[in-house]
Amino acid sequence: MVWLHRFGSLPYFYRVSRPIAWVLAVPGVLLAAYGIYGGLVEAPVDYQQGDAFRILYIHVPSAWLSLFGYTSMAVAGFVALVWRLKLAEIFIVAAAPVGASFTFLALVTGSIWGKPMWGTWWVWDARLTSELILLFLYLGVIALHNAIESPRTAARACALLAVVGVINVPIIHYSVEWWNTLHQGPTVTRFGRPAMEMDMLVPLLCAALGFTLIFGWLTLWGMRTQLLWRERRSRWVKRLFSDG
Amino acid sequence: MDDFWAMGGYAAYVWSSYGIAAVVLLGNIFGPLIAHRRIARRIKNEEFDD
Repeated sequence: MVWLHRFGSLPYFYRVSRPIAWVLAVPGVLLAAYGIYGGLVEAPVDYQQGDAFRILYIHVPSAWLSLFGYTSMAVAGFVALVWRLKLAEIFIVAAAPVGASFTFLALVTGSIWGKPMWGTWWVWDARLTSELILLFLYLGVIALHNAIESPRTAARACALLAVVGVINVPIIHYSVEWWNTLHQGPTVTRFGRPAMEMDMLVPLLCAALGFTLIFGWLTLWGMRTQLLWRERRSRWVKRLFSDG
Repeated sequence: MDDFWAMGGYAAYVWSSYGIAAVVLLGNIFGPLIAHRRIARRIKNEEFDD
């Protein structure tokens, strides 16, 4: 438990987060690049959708990340509310813009994919609507953080919104089973064999894992910036910039 | 190679998706780097607006 305690120390976190960011960034970018290459080049053409299905390799990792990102913010929000851990508060602020941009990407690529396959850019079905609400939740966290002057009050408000809003995550996930509309059902996460060939599935899983690592990298980097700014009056930050 | 770029007639949909994804990814990478530099410079020069 000693390492956990040390990790709570802000100067220590600032120091070790830099190499950790690289450890996340390099395999993240390589995996995502391999996954997208595999999806665009190596995966066979889908027998129903032709080459349009290749949008999958950007759409599904983005959609996965939109859910993963918000869930991680809700966990951090819980930690921030119960234990008042400063790093958990900073995590929420740093993760929100990254999560919001990938939610936006999931919506846009889904819309572009929907046009040739469904014949429409948008329908107000359960999956699309709940994903749009997720984008508004992310934007709400960002707006809340910007609107409240006191950093501690802002952090508590954001943590509360992150925790309450997480109810939307299972709704998004199960929406395609509860309401059967245009969006297709689960392909990867169902029990038993996935309903996908391995040479289509492996690049997808690589891209999803790569995106997740990239999310960790970007969020960690954002945390470092937030931390510097919030601790700008503390001695350890001043010492960082005192010589040179 | 032409076949690859043609994407079986879905080129406009596939490549616009990947193009937007590239823009979002690059923005996510360079935005925080620039923000970090700016904040570091403000702290260094003690430019606090409060």
